[in-house]
Amino acid sequence: MIELSGAAVRLGGKRVFSDVELHVGAGALVAVLGPNGAGKSTLMRVILGLVRLEAGSVTVLGRSPAQARGEIGYLPQRHGFDSSTRLRGVDLVRLGLDGARWGIPVALTKAARKRHRAEAQQVEDAITLAGAQAYAHRPIGELSGGEQQRLLIAQALVREPKLLILDEPLDSLDLPNQAAVTALLRRICTAQRVSVLLVAHDVNPLLPYLDQVIYMAGGQARTGPAAEVITSATLSELYGAPIEVLQTQDGRLVVVGQPEAPHHHGHRHELVT
Amino acid sequence: MTPTLSPNPITDLNALFTFPFMVNALEAGTIVAVLAAVVGWYMVLRRQSFAGHTLSVMAFPGAAGAALIGLPSTLGYYLACGGAALLMRSRRWSIRSRSGSQTETVTIATVQTLGLAAGFLFLSLNNAVLGGTETLLFGTFLGVSRGQVLALLIVALVVLALIALAARPLLLETIDPEAARARGLPVALLDAGFLLLLAAAVAATSQITGALLVFALLVAPAAAAQQVTMRPALGLVLSVVFALAIVWLGLGIAYFSIYPVGFYVTSIAFAVYLAARLARTVKRAR
Repeated sequence: MIELSGAAVRLGGKRVFSDVELHVGAGALVAVLGPNGAGKSTLMRVILGLVRLEAGSVTVLGRSPAQARGEIGYLPQRHGFDSSTRLRGVDLVRLGLDGARWGIPVALTKAARKRHRAEAQQVEDAITLAGAQAYAHRPIGELSGGEQQRLLIAQALVREPKLLILDEPLDSLDLPNQAAVTALLRRICTAQRVSVLLVAHDVNPLLPYLDQVIYMAGGQARTGPAAEVITSATLSELYGAPIEVLQTQDGRLVVVGQPEAPHHHGHRHELVT
Repeated sequence: MTPTLSPNPITDLNALFTFPFMVNALEAGTIVAVLAAVVGWYMVLRRQSFAGHTLSVMAFPGAAGAALIGLPSTLGYYLACGGAALLMRSRRWSIRSRSGSQTETVTIATVQTLGLAAGFLFLSLNNAVLGGTETLLFGTFLGVSRGQVLALLIVALVVLALIALAARPLLLETIDPEAARARGLPVALLDAGFLLLLAAAVAATSQITGALLVFALLVAPAAAAQQVTMRPALGLVLSVVFALAIVWLGLGIAYFSIYPVGFYVTSIAFAVYLAARLARTVKRAR
Protein backbone atom coordinates (compact mmCIF):
# COMPACT_ATOMS: atom_id res chain seq x y z
CA MET A 1 0.00 0.00 0.00
CA ILE A 2 2.77 2.45 0.94
CA GLU A 3 6.39 2.12 -0.13
CA LEU A 4 9.02 4.62 0.93
CA SER A 5 12.69 4.15 0.27
CA GLY A 6 15.56 6.46 1.08
CA ALA A 7 13.00 9.19 1.68
CA ALA A 8 14.36 12.59 2.75
CA VAL A 9 12.56 15.89 3.28
CA ARG A 10 13.89 19.38 3.63
CA LEU A 11 11.54 22.15 4.71
CA GLY A 12 12.60 25.79 4.73
CA GLY A 13 16.26 24.78 4.32
CA LYS A 14 16.11 22.47 7.33
CA ARG A 15 16.43 18.69 6.99
CA VAL A 16 13.41 17.10 8.64
CA PHE A 17 14.36 13.48 8.10
CA SER A 18 16.36 11.30 5.74
CA ASP A 19 16.76 7.64 4.74
CA VAL A 20 13.26 6.66 5.84
CA GLU A 21 12.25 3.18 4.72
CA LEU A 22 8.65 2.09 5.04
CA HIS A 23 6.52 -0.75 3.79
CA VAL A 24 2.85 -0.94 4.75
CA GLY A 25 0.73 -3.85 3.56
CA ALA A 26 -3.03 -4.10 3.00
CA GLY A 27 -5.15 -4.12 6.15
CA ALA A 28 -2.28 -3.17 8.44
CA LEU A 29 -2.58 -0.87 11.44
CA VAL A 30 0.58 1.20 11.78
CA ALA A 31 1.45 3.83 14.38
CA VAL A 32 3.85 6.69 13.76
CA LEU A 33 5.60 7.60 17.01
CA GLY A 34 8.27 10.01 18.17
CA PRO A 35 8.81 13.33 19.91
CA ASN A 36 7.37 16.61 18.66
CA GLY A 37 9.26 18.02 15.72
CA ALA A 38 10.54 14.62 14.58
CA GLY A 39 8.60 14.90 11.31
CA LYS A 40 5.60 12.65 11.95
CA SER A 41 3.09 15.05 10.43
CA THR A 42 5.51 15.82 7.60
CA LEU A 43 5.73 12.10 6.79
CA MET A 44 1.91 11.98 6.59
CA ARG A 45 1.95 14.98 4.27
CA VAL A 46 4.51 13.23 2.04
CA ILE A 47 2.20 10.23 1.72
CA LEU A 48 -0.69 12.58 0.91
CA GLY A 49 1.40 14.26 -1.77
CA LEU A 50 1.37 17.63 0.00
CA VAL A 51 5.13 17.67 0.63
CA ARG A 52 7.71 16.75 -1.98
CA LEU A 53 10.65 14.46 -1.24
CA GLU A 54 14.15 15.85 -1.51
CA ALA A 55 15.56 12.39 -2.17
CA GLY A 56 14.30 8.82 -2.37
CA SER A 57 10.96 7.59 -3.63
CA VAL A 58 7.40 7.20 -2.44
CA THR A 59 4.57 5.23 -3.98
CA VAL A 60 1.08 4.93 -2.57
CA LEU A 61 -1.18 2.15 -3.88
CA GLY A 62 1.41 1.67 -6.63
CA ARG A 63 1.11 5.26 -7.87
CA SER A 64 2.38 8.69 -7.01
CA PRO A 65 0.77 10.16 -3.88
CA ALA A 66 -1.07 12.85 -5.86
CA GLN A 67 -2.60 10.21 -8.15
CA ALA A 68 -3.63 8.04 -5.23
CA ARG A 69 -5.23 10.92 -3.33
CA GLY A 70 -8.75 9.91 -4.29
CA GLU A 71 -8.32 6.62 -2.47
CA ILE A 72 -6.84 8.02 0.72
CA GLY A 73 -8.99 9.07 3.64
CA TYR A 74 -7.32 11.70 5.79
CA LEU A 75 -8.07 13.11 9.22
CA PRO A 76 -5.98 16.18 10.01
CA GLN A 77 -4.92 16.97 13.54
CA ARG A 78 -7.52 19.18 15.13
CA HIS A 79 -8.74 20.71 18.31
CA GLY A 80 -12.45 20.10 17.93
CA PHE A 81 -15.16 22.05 16.20
CA ASP A 82 -16.30 25.33 17.64
CA SER A 83 -19.28 24.74 19.93
CA SER A 84 -21.47 27.03 17.82
CA THR A 85 -20.85 25.21 14.53
CA ARG A 86 -24.33 24.82 13.04
CA LEU A 87 -23.90 21.68 10.96
CA ARG A 88 -25.06 18.13 11.58
CA GLY A 89 -22.82 15.11 11.72
CA VAL A 90 -24.43 13.64 8.59
CA ASP A 91 -23.64 16.83 6.65
CA LEU A 92 -20.04 16.57 7.76
CA VAL A 93 -19.85 12.93 6.63
CA ARG A 94 -21.55 13.83 3.35
CA LEU A 95 -18.81 16.42 2.69
CA GLY A 96 -16.38 13.52 2.77
CA LEU A 97 -18.18 12.23 -0.31
CA ASP A 98 -18.93 15.37 -2.32
CA GLY A 99 -17.02 18.17 -0.58
CA ALA A 100 -14.47 18.37 -3.38
CA ARG A 101 -17.07 18.28 -6.15
CA TRP A 102 -17.59 21.46 -8.17
CA GLY A 103 -20.85 22.35 -9.85
CA ILE A 104 -24.38 23.22 -8.89
CA PRO A 105 -25.40 20.95 -5.99
CA VAL A 106 -28.99 20.44 -7.12
CA ALA A 107 -30.08 17.07 -8.49
CA LEU A 108 -32.11 17.95 -11.59
CA THR A 109 -32.08 14.82 -13.72
CA LYS A 110 -33.44 11.42 -12.80
CA ALA A 111 -29.94 9.93 -12.84
CA ALA A 112 -28.67 12.66 -10.54
CA ARG A 113 -31.48 12.01 -8.06
CA LYS A 114 -30.72 8.30 -8.12
CA ARG A 115 -27.09 9.00 -7.43
CA HIS A 116 -28.09 11.38 -4.66
CA ARG A 117 -30.06 8.61 -2.96
CA ALA A 118 -27.24 6.10 -3.39
CA GLU A 119 -24.85 8.55 -1.79
CA ALA A 120 -27.20 9.13 1.14
CA GLN A 121 -27.07 5.35 1.69
CA GLN A 122 -23.26 5.41 1.54
CA VAL A 123 -23.21 8.16 4.17
CA GLU A 124 -25.48 6.12 6.39
CA ASP A 125 -23.33 3.01 5.98
CA ALA A 126 -20.17 4.91 6.92
CA ILE A 127 -21.86 6.35 10.02
CA THR A 128 -23.01 2.85 11.02
CA LEU A 129 -19.52 1.47 10.46
CA ALA A 130 -18.09 4.15 12.75
CA GLY A 131 -20.83 3.50 15.31
CA ALA A 132 -22.02 7.11 15.26
CA GLN A 133 -25.73 6.62 14.47
CA ALA A 134 -26.96 7.86 17.84
CA TYR A 135 -25.74 11.45 17.40
CA ALA A 136 -25.27 11.85 13.64
CA HIS A 137 -28.19 14.29 13.43
CA ARG A 138 -27.06 16.55 16.24
CA PRO A 139 -24.90 19.66 15.73
CA ILE A 140 -21.24 18.64 15.61
CA GLY A 141 -20.23 21.56 17.84
CA GLU A 142 -22.25 20.12 20.72
CA LEU A 143 -20.74 16.62 20.56
CA SER A 144 -17.94 15.27 22.74
CA GLY A 145 -14.43 14.82 21.39
CA GLY A 146 -14.92 11.08 21.00
CA GLU A 147 -18.20 11.53 19.13
CA GLN A 148 -16.68 14.13 16.82
CA GLN A 149 -13.76 11.77 16.19
CA ARG A 150 -16.07 8.92 15.17
CA LEU A 151 -17.96 11.19 12.78
CA LEU A 152 -14.67 12.35 11.27
CA ILE A 153 -13.62 8.73 10.84
CA ALA A 154 -16.96 8.12 9.11
CA GLN A 155 -16.23 11.14 6.89
CA ALA A 156 -12.87 9.66 5.94
CA LEU A 157 -14.41 6.21 5.35
CA VAL A 158 -17.36 7.30 3.24
CA ARG A 159 -15.44 7.25 -0.02
CA GLU A 160 -14.29 3.70 0.78
CA PRO A 161 -10.59 4.53 0.79
CA LYS A 162 -7.91 1.84 0.66
CA LEU A 163 -5.72 3.84 3.03
CA LEU A 164 -6.73 5.85 6.08
CA ILE A 165 -4.33 8.41 7.54
CA LEU A 166 -5.05 9.95 10.92
CA ASP A 167 -2.97 12.66 12.58
CA GLU A 168 -3.19 12.26 16.38
CA PRO A 169 -6.72 10.85 16.41
CA LEU A 170 -6.43 9.96 20.11
CA ASP A 171 -5.17 13.33 21.21
CA SER A 172 -7.67 15.13 23.48
CA LEU A 173 -9.70 11.95 24.06
CA ASP A 174 -10.09 10.41 27.50
CA LEU A 175 -8.80 6.87 28.12
CA PRO A 176 -12.05 4.94 27.49
CA ASN A 177 -12.57 6.85 24.24
CA GLN A 178 -8.96 6.24 23.21
CA ALA A 179 -9.51 2.52 23.66
CA ALA A 180 -12.86 2.60 21.84
CA VAL A 181 -11.57 4.56 18.85
CA THR A 182 -8.51 2.30 18.58
CA ALA A 183 -10.70 -0.81 18.64
CA LEU A 184 -12.89 0.77 15.95
CA LEU A 185 -9.85 1.41 13.75
CA ARG A 186 -8.68 -2.16 14.20
CA ARG A 187 -12.11 -3.43 13.20
CA ILE A 188 -12.07 -1.28 10.07
CA CYS A 189 -8.60 -2.57 9.14
CA THR A 190 -9.63 -6.17 9.44
CA ALA A 191 -13.17 -6.01 8.06
CA GLN A 192 -12.67 -3.56 5.20
CA ARG A 193 -9.04 -4.40 4.38
CA VAL A 194 -8.16 -0.73 4.83
CA SER A 195 -4.62 0.12 5.86
CA VAL A 196 -4.53 2.59 8.71
CA LEU A 197 -1.61 4.86 9.45
CA LEU A 198 -1.94 6.98 12.57
CA VAL A 199 0.25 9.45 14.36
CA ALA A 200 0.21 8.96 18.12
CA HIS A 201 1.75 10.45 21.22
CA ASP A 202 1.26 7.48 23.44
CA VAL A 203 1.71 3.97 22.07
CA ASN A 204 0.14 2.21 25.04
CA PRO A 205 -3.57 2.36 24.12
CA LEU A 206 -2.58 1.08 20.67
CA LEU A 207 -0.18 -1.71 21.68
CA PRO A 208 -2.63 -4.62 21.58
CA TYR A 209 -3.81 -3.72 18.06
CA LEU A 210 -0.69 -2.65 16.19
CA ASP A 211 0.93 -4.51 13.32
CA GLN A 212 3.87 -2.17 13.00
CA VAL A 213 5.34 1.04 14.37
CA ILE A 214 7.46 3.76 12.78
CA TYR A 215 9.52 5.51 15.40
CA MET A 216 10.88 8.86 14.25
CA ALA A 217 13.59 10.76 16.13
CA GLY A 218 16.82 12.58 15.40
CA GLY A 219 16.01 12.95 11.69
CA GLN A 220 15.72 9.17 11.20
CA ALA A 221 13.13 6.46 11.53
CA ARG A 222 12.97 2.79 12.50
CA THR A 223 10.20 0.51 11.33
CA GLY A 224 9.02 -2.84 12.60
CA PRO A 225 6.86 -4.60 15.20
CA ALA A 226 6.50 -2.54 18.39
CA ALA A 227 8.39 -5.08 20.46
CA GLU A 228 11.42 -4.80 18.17
CA VAL A 229 11.44 -1.02 17.71
CA ILE A 230 10.58 0.28 21.16
CA THR A 231 13.65 -1.14 22.85
CA SER A 232 16.49 0.47 24.77
CA ALA A 233 18.98 -0.38 22.03
CA THR A 234 16.99 0.90 19.04
CA LEU A 235 15.84 4.12 20.68
CA SER A 236 19.32 4.90 22.06
CA GLU A 237 20.63 4.57 18.52
CA LEU A 238 17.89 6.81 17.10
CA TYR A 239 18.25 9.56 19.67
CA GLY A 240 22.03 9.23 19.84
CA ALA A 241 21.72 9.25 23.62
CA PRO A 242 21.16 6.58 26.27
CA ILE A 243 17.48 5.68 26.45
CA GLU A 244 15.88 3.07 28.63
CA VAL A 245 12.60 1.35 27.84
CA LEU A 246 10.84 -0.11 30.85
CA GLN A 247 7.82 -2.34 30.94
CA THR A 248 5.30 -1.93 33.75
CA GLN A 249 3.51 -4.89 35.28
CA ASP A 250 0.40 -4.28 33.20
CA GLY A 251 2.42 -4.29 29.98
CA ARG A 252 2.72 -0.52 29.45
CA LEU A 253 5.92 0.76 27.91
CA VAL A 254 7.70 3.68 29.55
CA VAL A 255 10.58 5.47 27.84
CA VAL A 256 13.07 7.03 30.22
CA GLY A 257 15.75 9.62 29.44
CA GLN A 258 14.18 10.88 26.25
CA PRO A 259 15.91 14.10 25.21
CA GLU A 260 13.13 16.52 24.30
CA ALA A 261 13.05 18.08 20.89
CA PRO A 262 11.85 21.67 21.11
CA HIS A 263 8.08 21.50 21.14
CA HIS A 264 5.12 23.81 21.30
CA HIS A 265 2.40 21.98 23.11
CA GLY A 266 4.29 20.86 26.17
CA HIS A 267 1.15 19.98 28.08
CA ARG A 268 0.89 16.48 26.63
CA HIS A 269 4.40 15.28 26.81
CA GLU A 270 5.22 13.03 29.67
CA LEU A 271 7.64 10.17 30.03
CA VAL A 272 5.17 7.73 28.56
CA THR A 273 5.71 7.19 24.87
CA MET B 1 -47.13 63.42 0.30
CA THR B 2 -47.58 60.13 2.05
CA PRO B 3 -50.14 57.71 0.67
CA THR B 4 -52.62 56.58 3.26
CA LEU B 5 -53.93 53.08 3.84
CA SER B 6 -57.35 52.42 2.45
CA PRO B 7 -59.75 49.90 3.97
CA ASN B 8 -59.25 47.61 0.97
CA PRO B 9 -55.91 45.70 1.08
CA ILE B 10 -56.04 44.94 -2.67
CA THR B 11 -56.16 48.65 -3.47
CA ASP B 12 -53.19 49.16 -1.16
CA LEU B 13 -51.24 46.41 -2.87
CA ASN B 14 -52.01 47.88 -6.28
CA ALA B 15 -50.95 51.32 -5.07
CA LEU B 16 -47.49 49.88 -4.36
CA PHE B 17 -46.96 49.20 -8.05
CA THR B 18 -48.36 52.40 -9.55
CA PHE B 19 -45.20 54.48 -9.35
CA PRO B 20 -42.07 53.52 -11.30
CA PHE B 21 -39.83 54.47 -8.37
CA MET B 22 -41.66 51.92 -6.24
CA VAL B 23 -41.37 49.22 -8.91
CA ASN B 24 -37.63 49.91 -9.17
CA ALA B 25 -37.30 49.77 -5.39
CA LEU B 26 -39.12 46.44 -5.19
CA GLU B 27 -37.03 44.95 -7.98
CA ALA B 28 -33.74 46.21 -6.56
CA GLY B 29 -34.76 45.09 -3.07
CA THR B 30 -35.64 41.61 -4.34
CA ILE B 31 -32.34 41.19 -6.18
CA VAL B 32 -30.31 42.40 -3.23
CA ALA B 33 -32.26 40.27 -0.77
CA VAL B 34 -31.50 37.04 -2.66
CA LEU B 35 -27.84 37.98 -3.16
CA ALA B 36 -27.26 39.05 0.45
CA ALA B 37 -29.11 36.04 1.86
CA VAL B 38 -26.98 33.49 -0.03
CA VAL B 39 -23.60 35.18 0.43
CA GLY B 40 -24.56 36.02 4.02
CA TRP B 41 -25.32 32.37 4.78
CA TYR B 42 -21.74 31.41 3.96
CA MET B 43 -20.40 34.50 5.71
CA VAL B 44 -22.15 33.67 8.96
CA LEU B 45 -21.03 30.03 8.79
CA ARG B 46 -17.47 31.21 8.13
CA ARG B 47 -17.62 33.65 11.05
CA GLN B 48 -16.61 36.45 8.76
CA SER B 49 -19.33 38.86 9.86
CA PHE B 50 -16.74 41.30 11.13
CA ALA B 51 -14.96 41.23 7.78
CA GLY B 52 -18.33 41.85 6.10
CA HIS B 53 -18.99 44.78 8.40
CA THR B 54 -15.60 46.28 7.60
CA LEU B 55 -16.27 45.97 3.88
CA SER B 56 -19.63 47.69 4.26
CA VAL B 57 -18.14 50.60 6.16
CA MET B 58 -15.51 51.05 3.41
CA ALA B 59 -18.36 51.35 0.89
CA PHE B 60 -19.20 54.79 2.31
CA PRO B 61 -15.87 56.58 1.55
CA GLY B 62 -15.80 54.66 -1.75
CA ALA B 63 -19.09 56.06 -2.95
CA ALA B 64 -18.41 59.53 -1.55
CA GLY B 65 -14.90 59.60 -3.03
CA ALA B 66 -16.12 58.48 -6.45
CA ALA B 67 -18.73 61.23 -6.47
CA LEU B 68 -16.04 63.77 -5.50
CA ILE B 69 -13.81 62.95 -8.48
CA GLY B 70 -16.74 62.71 -10.83
CA LEU B 71 -17.08 58.92 -11.17
CA PRO B 72 -20.40 57.12 -10.81
CA SER B 73 -20.94 56.31 -7.15
CA THR B 74 -21.92 52.74 -8.12
CA LEU B 75 -18.37 52.23 -9.36
CA GLY B 76 -17.09 53.72 -6.11
CA TYR B 77 -18.95 51.10 -4.09
CA TYR B 78 -17.46 48.17 -5.99
CA LEU B 79 -13.93 49.62 -6.16
CA ALA B 80 -13.82 50.45 -2.45
CA CYS B 81 -15.23 47.10 -1.30
CA GLY B 82 -13.10 45.11 -3.74
CA GLY B 83 -9.99 47.04 -2.76
CA ALA B 84 -10.71 46.58 0.94
CA ALA B 85 -11.20 42.84 0.38
CA LEU B 86 -7.86 42.53 -1.41
CA LEU B 87 -6.15 44.52 1.33
CA MET B 88 -7.69 42.41 4.08
CA ARG B 89 -6.66 39.31 2.21
CA SER B 90 -3.06 40.43 1.76
CA ARG B 91 -2.83 41.49 5.42
CA ARG B 92 -4.53 38.25 6.44
CA TRP B 93 -7.27 40.24 8.16
CA SER B 94 -9.87 37.97 6.67
CA ILE B 95 -8.87 35.32 9.19
CA ARG B 96 -12.02 34.14 10.87
CA SER B 97 -12.82 35.81 14.14
CA ARG B 98 -12.09 32.71 16.18
CA SER B 99 -8.40 32.86 15.38
CA GLY B 100 -8.21 36.62 14.92
CA SER B 101 -5.90 38.24 17.42
CA GLN B 102 -6.66 41.32 19.46
CA THR B 103 -4.30 43.44 17.33
CA GLU B 104 -6.13 42.53 14.14
CA THR B 105 -9.47 43.48 15.64
CA VAL B 106 -8.09 46.81 16.84
CA THR B 107 -6.50 47.51 13.45
CA ILE B 108 -9.74 46.79 11.61
CA ALA B 109 -11.76 48.92 14.02
CA THR B 110 -9.33 51.84 13.54
CA VAL B 111 -9.43 51.50 9.76
CA GLN B 112 -13.23 51.42 9.87
CA THR B 113 -13.39 54.70 11.79
CA LEU B 114 -10.90 56.26 9.40
CA GLY B 115 -13.05 55.11 6.48
CA LEU B 116 -16.15 56.75 7.94
CA ALA B 117 -14.24 59.98 8.61
CA ALA B 118 -12.79 60.01 5.09
CA GLY B 119 -16.24 59.47 3.60
CA PHE B 120 -17.57 62.40 5.61
CA LEU B 121 -14.66 64.58 4.40
CA PHE B 122 -15.24 63.62 0.75
CA LEU B 123 -18.89 64.60 1.05
CA SER B 124 -18.03 67.95 2.65
CA LEU B 125 -15.46 68.66 -0.06
CA ASN B 126 -17.93 67.74 -2.73
CA ASN B 127 -20.55 70.11 -1.36
CA ALA B 128 -23.04 68.83 -3.89
CA VAL B 129 -25.63 66.75 -2.12
CA LEU B 130 -25.20 63.80 -4.45
CA GLY B 131 -27.01 61.27 -2.37
CA GLY B 132 -25.90 62.97 0.80
CA THR B 133 -24.50 61.52 3.98
CA GLU B 134 -27.81 60.17 5.11
CA THR B 135 -28.45 58.28 1.89
CA LEU B 136 -24.98 56.77 1.76
CA LEU B 137 -25.13 55.64 5.37
CA PHE B 138 -28.77 54.69 5.74
CA GLY B 139 -29.86 53.79 2.25
CA THR B 140 -32.07 54.94 -0.55
CA PHE B 141 -34.58 52.28 -1.44
CA LEU B 142 -36.76 54.85 -3.07
CA GLY B 143 -34.26 56.55 -5.37
CA VAL B 144 -33.14 53.59 -7.47
CA SER B 145 -32.86 54.07 -11.24
CA ARG B 146 -33.50 51.53 -14.02
CA GLY B 147 -29.77 51.44 -14.74
CA GLN B 148 -29.00 50.62 -11.13
CA VAL B 149 -31.50 47.78 -11.13
CA LEU B 150 -29.90 46.32 -14.23
CA ALA B 151 -26.39 46.64 -12.77
CA LEU B 152 -27.54 44.95 -9.55
CA LEU B 153 -29.09 42.12 -11.54
CA ILE B 154 -25.88 41.46 -13.48
CA VAL B 155 -23.69 41.53 -10.36
CA ALA B 156 -26.11 39.28 -8.50
CA LEU B 157 -26.28 36.73 -11.32
CA VAL B 158 -22.48 36.53 -11.62
CA VAL B 159 -21.91 36.23 -7.86
CA LEU B 160 -24.69 33.65 -7.39
CA ALA B 161 -23.47 31.58 -10.34
CA LEU B 162 -19.95 31.46 -8.92
CA ILE B 163 -21.24 30.52 -5.46
CA ALA B 164 -23.42 27.79 -6.97
CA LEU B 165 -20.50 26.28 -8.87
CA ALA B 166 -18.28 26.28 -5.78
CA ALA B 167 -21.08 25.50 -3.30
CA ARG B 168 -19.74 22.23 -1.93
CA PRO B 169 -15.98 22.94 -1.99
CA LEU B 170 -16.68 26.27 -0.29
CA LEU B 171 -18.72 24.50 2.40
CA LEU B 172 -15.94 21.98 3.03
CA GLU B 173 -13.34 24.74 3.12
CA THR B 174 -15.52 26.68 5.56
CA ILE B 175 -15.99 23.79 7.97
CA ASP B 176 -12.59 22.15 7.69
CA PRO B 177 -9.85 23.99 5.73
CA GLU B 178 -7.20 21.37 6.51
CA ALA B 179 -9.35 18.52 5.16
CA ALA B 180 -10.14 20.62 2.09
CA ARG B 181 -6.42 21.05 1.44
CA ALA B 182 -5.83 17.33 1.76
CA ARG B 183 -8.59 16.71 -0.80
CA GLY B 184 -6.65 18.83 -3.28
CA LEU B 185 -8.95 21.88 -3.18
CA PRO B 186 -7.42 25.32 -3.84
CA VAL B 187 -7.99 26.58 -0.30
CA ALA B 188 -6.29 29.96 -0.71
CA LEU B 189 -8.23 30.66 -3.91
CA LEU B 190 -11.53 29.73 -2.26
CA ASP B 191 -10.76 31.96 0.71
CA ALA B 192 -9.75 34.97 -1.39
CA GLY B 193 -12.51 34.33 -3.92
CA PHE B 194 -15.19 34.26 -1.27
CA LEU B 195 -13.95 37.52 0.23
CA LEU B 196 -14.21 39.17 -3.21
CA LEU B 197 -17.72 37.80 -3.73
CA LEU B 198 -18.61 39.07 -0.27
CA ALA B 199 -17.23 42.48 -1.26
CA ALA B 200 -19.40 42.51 -4.38
CA ALA B 201 -22.48 41.51 -2.38
CA VAL B 202 -21.76 44.17 0.24
CA ALA B 203 -21.24 46.83 -2.44
CA ALA B 204 -24.51 45.88 -4.12
CA THR B 205 -26.45 45.72 -0.86
CA SER B 206 -25.13 48.98 0.56
CA GLN B 207 -26.36 50.88 -2.51
CA ILE B 208 -29.85 50.02 -1.34
CA THR B 209 -29.61 49.75 2.44
CA GLY B 210 -26.77 52.22 2.95
CA ALA B 211 -23.38 51.33 4.37
CA LEU B 212 -24.54 51.05 7.98
CA LEU B 213 -27.69 48.97 7.49
CA VAL B 214 -26.16 46.27 5.26
CA PHE B 215 -26.43 43.87 8.14
CA ALA B 216 -30.19 43.86 7.99
CA LEU B 217 -29.92 41.77 4.83
CA LEU B 218 -26.46 40.21 5.05
CA VAL B 219 -26.44 38.86 8.60
CA ALA B 220 -29.93 38.72 10.06
CA PRO B 221 -31.65 36.39 7.51
CA ALA B 222 -28.67 34.02 7.39
CA ALA B 223 -28.19 33.95 11.15
CA ALA B 224 -31.92 33.38 11.67
CA ALA B 225 -31.93 30.54 9.11
CA GLN B 226 -29.01 28.87 10.87
CA GLN B 227 -30.89 29.06 14.16
CA VAL B 228 -33.87 27.31 12.62
CA THR B 229 -32.15 24.56 10.63
CA MET B 230 -28.76 22.92 10.34
CA ARG B 231 -29.38 21.52 6.87
CA PRO B 232 -27.27 23.47 4.37
CA ALA B 233 -29.77 23.40 1.48
CA LEU B 234 -32.79 24.20 3.64
CA GLY B 235 -30.81 26.90 5.45
CA LEU B 236 -29.96 28.66 2.21
CA VAL B 237 -33.58 28.57 1.07
CA LEU B 238 -34.83 29.85 4.44
CA SER B 239 -32.25 32.63 4.43
CA VAL B 240 -33.56 33.81 1.06
CA VAL B 241 -37.17 33.56 2.24
CA PHE B 242 -36.41 35.62 5.35
CA ALA B 243 -34.53 38.27 3.37
CA LEU B 244 -37.36 38.61 0.83
CA ALA B 245 -39.93 38.90 3.61
CA ILE B 246 -37.84 41.57 5.32
CA VAL B 247 -37.43 43.65 2.16
CA TRP B 248 -40.99 43.35 0.87
CA LEU B 249 -42.58 44.03 4.25
CA GLY B 250 -40.19 46.90 4.94
CA LEU B 251 -40.83 48.55 1.59
CA GLY B 252 -44.57 47.99 1.84
CA ILE B 253 -44.84 49.55 5.30
CA ALA B 254 -42.52 52.43 4.44
CA TYR B 255 -44.64 53.32 1.43
CA PHE B 256 -47.55 54.18 3.69
CA SER B 257 -45.43 55.77 6.39
CA ILE B 258 -43.49 58.99 6.88
CA TYR B 259 -40.57 57.20 8.51
CA PRO B 260 -37.49 55.99 6.58
CA VAL B 261 -37.51 52.57 4.95
CA GLY B 262 -34.14 51.61 6.45
CA PHE B 263 -35.69 51.71 9.90
CA TYR B 264 -38.44 49.31 8.93
CA VAL B 265 -36.17 46.90 7.08
CA THR B 266 -33.72 46.78 9.97
CA SER B 267 -36.42 46.42 12.61
CA ILE B 268 -38.11 43.57 10.76
CA ALA B 269 -34.73 41.88 10.25
CA PHE B 270 -34.07 42.17 13.95
CA ALA B 271 -37.51 40.77 14.76
CA VAL B 272 -36.94 37.79 12.43
CA TYR B 273 -33.62 37.01 14.08
CA LEU B 274 -35.10 37.36 17.55
CA ALA B 275 -38.01 35.07 16.66
CA ALA B 276 -35.61 32.45 15.27
CA ARG B 277 -33.51 32.51 18.43
CA LEU B 278 -36.59 32.26 20.60
CA ALA B 279 -37.91 29.36 18.56
CA ARG B 280 -34.65 27.51 19.05
CA THR B 281 -34.55 28.19 22.78
CA VAL B 282 -38.12 26.94 23.18
CA LYS B 283 -37.35 23.85 21.10
CA ARG B 284 -34.31 23.04 23.21
CA ALA B 285 -36.10 23.58 26.49
CA ARG B 286 -38.64 20.94 25.54
